[in-house]
Amino acid sequence: MEPLIDTSRYPVTNAIGDFIRASMPGPMAELTNIVLAVVSLLAVVGLTPVALIWMERKVAAHFQARLGPMRVGYHGLLQPLADGIKLIFKEVMKPEGADTFVFFLAPILSATASFMVLTVVPFDHHLQVTDVGGGVLYVIAVAGLGIMGVLLAGWSSNNKYSLLGAMRSGAQMISYEISLALLMLLIVLLSGTASLREIVFSQAGTVLDWWIFKFPLFGFVTFVLFLISSTAELNRAPFDMAEAESELTGGFSTEYSGISFAMFFLAEFVNMFVAAALTTTFFLGGFLAPQFGLAPLDRMLDAIPGFIWFFLKSYSVIFIYMWFRWTFPRPRVDQLMNLEWKILVPANFFLLLIAGFFVVMGWL
Amino acid sequence: MKTNVRNTAGKIVPVARGVFLPDDAPSHWSLSGHLTHLAKGLLSLLKGMGLTVGYFVDPGRIITRQYPENRETLTMFPRFRGRLALVMDDATGLPLCTACGMCEKACPNGTISVLTTRDNADRKVLGRYIYRLSQCTLCNLCVESCAFGAIRMAQDFELSCYDRNDLHLVLYGKEE
Repeated sequence: MEPLIDTSRYPVTNAIGDFIRASMPGPMAELTNIVLAVVSLLAVVGLTPVALIWMERKVAAHFQARLGPMRVGYHGLLQPLADGIKLIFKEVMKPEGADTFVFFLAPILSATASFMVLTVVPFDHHLQVTDVGGGVLYVIAVAGLGIMGVLLAGWSSNNKYSLLGAMRSGAQMISYEISLALLMLLIVLLSGTASLREIVFSQAGTVLDWWIFKFPLFGFVTFVLFLISSTAELNRAPFDMAEAESELTGGFSTEYSGISFAMFFLAEFVNMFVAAALTTTFFLGGFLAPQFGLAPLDRMLDAIPGFIWFFLKSYSVIFIYMWFRWTFPRPRVDQLMNLEWKILVPANFFLLLIAGFFVVMGWL
Repeated sequence: MKTNVRNTAGKIVPVARGVFLPDDAPSHWSLSGHLTHLAKGLLSLLKGMGLTVGYFVDPGRIITRQYPENRETLTMFPRFRGRLALVMDDATGLPLCTACGMCEKACPNGTISVLTTRDNADRKVLGRYIYRLSQCTLCNLCVESCAFGAIRMAQDFELSCYDRNDLHLVLYGKEE
């Protein structure tokens, strides 16, 4: 497939990396750049939950005609800090008879899985740790590790309710991973590449070239289905049967406290950001600035750096997740499975068929 | 499909080639019914999202009140039950209370004591109305029992104090 746009406008390297390569011998520079990349990702992982905890509390409050945190800092801005300090200083407890190694491994595994997906996410054309050729495949594979964390947590807690909760969320996450993978496959089919960077470039042009609009009507349906499946994959309300804090105890995380609970909490919020980032990459043009075909306006929008657009789009998607959470009632477990196996999977196969037809006919 | 047929009145309706549904089957069992069901469900979800976003974008609908800051302008809602108060007659400035003692009898906690006295015409009138706030649960039973509308639950709620004796209130009459 010939490149759709002039990719020389979007260089792979950035100023910091170039500076380090110029000032250090080869292997040393390589190592420094890797460390810098990992540290910057850690910063994203560390700061995203801080922003999202505040956002979640404020958005939830305003959806319910409340104000939310107002006292700690300006409009409660320091609330996540207070929450975090409280969690860190709580005692870490382990139930009697729990498998110590697995019990403490599980939250780390959960947090690591979401962290690893971020390595292939293109925050900007020069802000991507590595562009794997089969990036989509990598995302699907690594996201599966998160399920391991949940299952191990439930199993090692030596608590039957934790185990039941873990089994429920495991079944749910594995089921919805299928439709999520099918939808990613659809995007791969449409864009003709599995690299996340190339998928973004396949949406270059105006806003109408984003996959949500470019694939007429079905693109929007795909987008909505992707939102639904990723919400379920995140174990997030309205699909939070595993946790269901208003009906059950905490599911797989019942026995966790202090920092090990905070790890699950962190993984949950980072996962939400990852899901939003993937939605942005697949459907909303990733780091590309929205272009409307009006030259002066387009130049202005294009002058804003790509990562700002990326975060703007991602946080808009996160807002939609929150909107879902504070609007919809929770379905039963059987209704959840019905939705996946009787509606989403057939719909995804149908969409895949249509997409294949469009690609073969050369209409895209 | 055999089990379905057995459960019906006997009439079998073909929906598509090789697919049979009983005529009393739920409407969403057929394909068109299923799709209508789905569309209706989606529509209702959208309706719900419209409702919540209405709350989100309209700050005027926020019901939270920032209490210590808005102390000057705070008005409680009419049905709020604060401490007990006597209703006074606007014309005479005297309480409407006839000292019948029904409120005293209605109170489950012994919060109220109505002490009577005699006026110049030797009629029984209210002498002293004692209200022990420390024992009151603000249950409103006294107000409901009053036949003359002579007592009401007031709106003030900042009732804490440092001395328990301050909670022994004399609503009418001389202090002991």
